[in-house]
Amino acid sequence: MDIYLPIAGLSVNALVIVALGGVVGLLTGMIGVGGGFLTTPILIFYGIPPAVAVASATTQITGTSVSGVLAHRRRRGVDYRMGAVIIVGGLVGALVGGFLFRILQESGQIDTVIALLYVVLLGTIGVLMGKESGTALGIFKAREGKKAPRRHNPLIAVLPMRWRFYQSGLYISPLAPFLLGLGAGMLTVLLGVGGGFIMVPAMIYLLGMSAQVVVGTSLLQILAVTAATTIIHATTTKSVDIVLAGLLLLGSVIGAQFGARFAQKAKPELLRMFLAIIILAVALRMAIGLGWRPEEIYTVQLL
Amino acid sequence: MKDALRILALLLALPALAGAAKPRLVPDVSQNSIEIRYSFTGAELLLFGAILYPGGRAPDANTQVAVVVRGPTEPLVVREKQKVAGIWMNVESARFRSAPAFYAVASSKPLSKLIDERTAAIYELGLQNLQLSPGTGNAPEVQRRFEAGLIDMRRRQQAYFEDPKGVTITEGVLYRARLTIPAQVPVGNYTAETFLIQDGKVIAGAVRDIRIEKTGFERFVAWAADRWSLVYGLVSVALSLLLGWGASAIFRRG
Repeated sequence: MDIYLPIAGLSVNALVIVALGGVVGLLTGMIGVGGGFLTTPILIFYGIPPAVAVASATTQITGTSVSGVLAHRRRRGVDYRMGAVIIVGGLVGALVGGFLFRILQESGQIDTVIALLYVVLLGTIGVLMGKESGTALGIFKAREGKKAPRRHNPLIAVLPMRWRFYQSGLYISPLAPFLLGLGAGMLTVLLGVGGGFIMVPAMIYLLGMSAQVVVGTSLLQILAVTAATTIIHATTTKSVDIVLAGLLLLGSVIGAQFGARFAQKAKPELLRMFLAIIILAVALRMAIGLGWRPEEIYTVQLL
Repeated sequence: MKDALRILALLLALPALAGAAKPRLVPDVSQNSIEIRYSFTGAELLLFGAILYPGGRAPDANTQVAVVVRGPTEPLVVREKQKVAGIWMNVESARFRSAPAFYAVASSKPLSKLIDERTAAIYELGLQNLQLSPGTGNAPEVQRRFEAGLIDMRRRQQAYFEDPKGVTITEGVLYRARLTIPAQVPVGNYTAETFLIQDGKVIAGAVRDIRIEKTGFERFVAWAADRWSLVYGLVSVALSLLLGWGASAIFRRG
């Protein structure tokens, strides 16, 4: 079933896009990641112009994170104070990211930068997650005498002007979550990802937030920042394809619901191992794309 | 400017036929507008017409026809990837001020057998004769490399093509050519040119305009995204919030 995408300017098979959304939604529901890191590269492989893929994937993430935020809110798993600080950081980051995006686009290096960021970020996260879940599953042996993770990171403890974040159980400088949000916001604009796969580990290991509020707060930040990014893309690059985003959403919101049910039955370590394998596969595919002679040596950019 | 020159060249060809009682061309196109709708996967364009021989002369087997369909011209940058420190990245680039978004030429015989190189260059017949108006101060051989790269890529995307046997002439009088326009062409004003060629010379020519545009919902979306971008963005966000919330509400009940 072919459908013409009015902004992307080409026809795609609607069922393929809905199915892609469904698979990504399944992951979202199961593991709690937005899945932008999967959607964007796959859309680009499928032939959607990169700018449209990034912008429309961002819109889709907004939709998939809604139900997550609602679910966590019911369980009081959202720290609004912390969330607000991170969101402010995220919005600043989104603006900075948009500025960077334009500079890189004009110099022609945007594709390389996107691919490099994907390889480095996904490669690192994939390896860490694979190791951790592998240890939990007993595939790898846990190292003896491993230090217990420190609750307070010295780098963050030295930052001035401390605030109390009751729900997170923290008394730290708001600069730390602000900077974290800034980084995630930049990634959202540049890569079309929510940034949850970086935020969640950073909140746990760097900030030391209590585990019950980590995922909910991260989802709240993703929701706000992707919504803002959609508006930024719509007004500056004009590359949000509402038909493409709608098709992706159709699959992903339904997939997310099934994923959430499935998650209750499966072992979380197994799910994380599964996610690590997918992340590493995407990183590998990107790395191959950078290192091998590409099929197209030439690219065209309209002025 | 370039278009004006081309039309001038066409006009100059006309008096020639009036004086020497040369054959005349009566061209037509199957559609003067192509509408892009929700399931647009490309269009097929039929260029057809008749060759009139003055004074009831018998058809001349020597008369040949070439047709050209071209899209709106766009300024663009072509970038070339090279391996730097183990990574393929864009290094050099070249600007072109007027590359057609679409260019298709079909003829009743291979172009090289129909006309000499000079005539082909004047009428921009054939991919190697496209006037892309290079805009940077690159050396000519570098510019040619980029030109070849651009043409080769667009050729594989079917945005540029040559069909040396695409025009069929029946009984020396009726001609027709079928050209495919792929789905990812941009909207805008296209032209369909028909050239009557005899003994290596263009003796008659005609131009028809074709408009490719989005219609209905597609047109509305593209228009809204351009003119009402803030509202468009807000609606996109609202749609995603609604779908996300709706699905969770439905599943929670069920």
